Amino acid sequence: MAQIRIENLRKEFGSFTAVQASTFTVEDGEFFMLLGPSGCGKTTTLRMMAGLELPTSGTIHIDGEEVAQKPASQRDIAFVFQMFALYPHMNVGKNISYPLRAQGVPKPEIQARVMEVAKILGIENILDKPVGGLSGGDRQRVALGRAIVRRPKAFFMDEPLGALDAGFREHMAEELRALHDRMGATTVYVTHDQLEAMQMGDKIVVMNHGVVEQFGVPQDIYDWPATLFVASFIGSPPMNVLRFEGSLAAGDRQLVLADARIDLPELREGLQGGLALGVRPENVLFDDTSAYRGRITATEYLGTTQIVTLATPHGEIKARLAASAPAKAGDTVGLRFDARKLTLFGTETGRALRSAGNEKVLAHG
Amino acid sequence: MSSYSITEPSKPQKWIAGSLVIAYALITLMPLLWIIATGFKSPADSIAYPPKVFFTPTLEGYVNLFTTRTRQTAEFLAANPPQTWYAEIVAKYDMVIAGPSRFGERFLNSVIIGFGSTFLSIFLGTLAAYAFSRFKVPLKDDLLFFILSTRMMPPIAVAIPIFLMFRQLGLSDTHLGMILLYTAVNLSLSVWLLKGFIDEIPQEYEEAALIDGYTRFQAFYKVVLPQAATGIASTAIFCLIFAWNEYAFAVLLTSGNAQTAPPFIPTIIGTAGQDWPAVAAGATLFLMPVMVFTILLRKHLLRGITFGAVRK
Repeated sequence: MAQIRIENLRKEFGSFTAVQASTFTVEDGEFFMLLGPSGCGKTTTLRMMAGLELPTSGTIHIDGEEVAQKPASQRDIAFVFQMFALYPHMNVGKNISYPLRAQGVPKPEIQARVMEVAKILGIENILDKPVGGLSGGDRQRVALGRAIVRRPKAFFMDEPLGALDAGFREHMAEELRALHDRMGATTVYVTHDQLEAMQMGDKIVVMNHGVVEQFGVPQDIYDWPATLFVASFIGSPPMNVLRFEGSLAAGDRQLVLADARIDLPELREGLQGGLALGVRPENVLFDDTSAYRGRITATEYLGTTQIVTLATPHGEIKARLAASAPAKAGDTVGLRFDARKLTLFGTETGRALRSAGNEKVLAHG
Repeated sequence: MSSYSITEPSKPQKWIAGSLVIAYALITLMPLLWIIATGFKSPADSIAYPPKVFFTPTLEGYVNLFTTRTRQTAEFLAANPPQTWYAEIVAKYDMVIAGPSRFGERFLNSVIIGFGSTFLSIFLGTLAAYAFSRFKVPLKDDLLFFILSTRMMPPIAVAIPIFLMFRQLGLSDTHLGMILLYTAVNLSLSVWLLKGFIDEIPQEYEEAALIDGYTRFQAFYKVVLPQAATGIASTAIFCLIFAWNEYAFAVLLTSGNAQTAPPFIPTIIGTAGQDWPAVAAGATLFLMPVMVFTILLRKHLLRGITFGAVRK
């Protein structure tokens, strides 16, 4: 198992830059998520780490060894593809043993290791079957088996659950995470599904347009987004963004919006011009004493909670309230924002302003 | 009332479809069956009018195909009674067998040249198609067009330059020369067909093999080749059929040494009377290798002919 360090990794395809200057570190044994919308460069980054693409510049260290220009076969890593890429002309057992045969492992040992892996994954009874007729879940298990059997330094997975149907994904995600916890293997996992990333990851890198937007643990990324992109990409519904023109200075603890005073975490830097206040739906509270008013336009009932859509002087926002809270379309209510969890952004740069709340997160992000 | 089904045809529909297929098969098979039958007729039966559908089969055609014969006097024949069954057949016409004909040799030439050029076309075609499919080849589209353009005229249009080149290079009337020529003609077909098949194979398979610790070449022959088997088989059939049946270049460029069966068979007709049964026997034997080859590969051919549209 190994630590993976990526520094200034860059990839150009002709005039198109797929990844620009990515830097992050995957610690030994971590379950690490590369998250972003399609085309953001996350898969290209993973493929460079695996050796399926050569970087234009930058370095990749796996277990202290620089491997950026080495072929995939010499990196001692395993890769699980979205479409599984099981060899169609071999049966399950042959598929799993294939990497061992490449390394010239003696036959009896191959047998033993394939059996051991099959037992872990619960697929002992299908080892002789052709891969053609397998269910999605079993294909996934065989693909994992082929990865595990060689005891590599790290596992790379490219949307491995993408080809499964919704109900089964949940189950497989749990299985995958449990497997990781048991083996303690460094795992890098690419996904565009923010829920999957939050649910499974120890750490997340959020990418957009080939740029690393933020890097950290799921809670920090959710609570303290470093950019407007992260704010709107993570969370369902995403963070509300109230845009306004104004001027804020370091040390400010309050902000005036539509004649209402709104408490903030103490700012560590100021900005003049286009600003945006970011607030998660669950941090929007009803408070009739507040001067900031909004009119309810719609409510969605979700069982334990409800999502209330409000029209405010700064556009539409969504609040997540207990299902029992009284909210009727057409009513006008006072709104208060939880002062401990607010983030301010400069709209020009899209970056979050440092404050007492997020300074620790942004310092290592 | 029977229920209506989209996928399962009704009995009358099946019956009509079945008879149409059988009727079509009979029509297309008719010339073939006629050739095979003629091969077993006596020369008199073969030219009888109206044509004979029922006749007494004989191996005269095959004996004449494989032998050369000379006429002898009745005294000679009485003094030297025929020792073998084929000598007996020939004796009916006051002939004795002088020796073997050159058919066997010509047939072997066809096998060497046909299969040799097919193997070479497939071997080179697969490598080129893989490169075009997977790698960034400079001027890829132009090169592919250039390769295809070699088929935009009938090959015989360049017969004269090829004839002169072959004479200069000492390739006239050699097996190697004919193999190279047929390979050159077939290569554009094989590159284009095989590129289509290889494009269909997801690249992940090779990437998985690369990560599993194999080199690019190992990934190619252990993972890509088995999956391209369908395409390779059907391309091989197309190449073989062309090389096997080619007539014009064979007439022009071969004579004594490397002559293939197609230019040889018409010469059987002979000077003394038209020996149609021998010609038909030659044609029947000539059909066999391609037929056997196609039947052996037909499972692949059926899938391959749809150009990979129904893979997976």
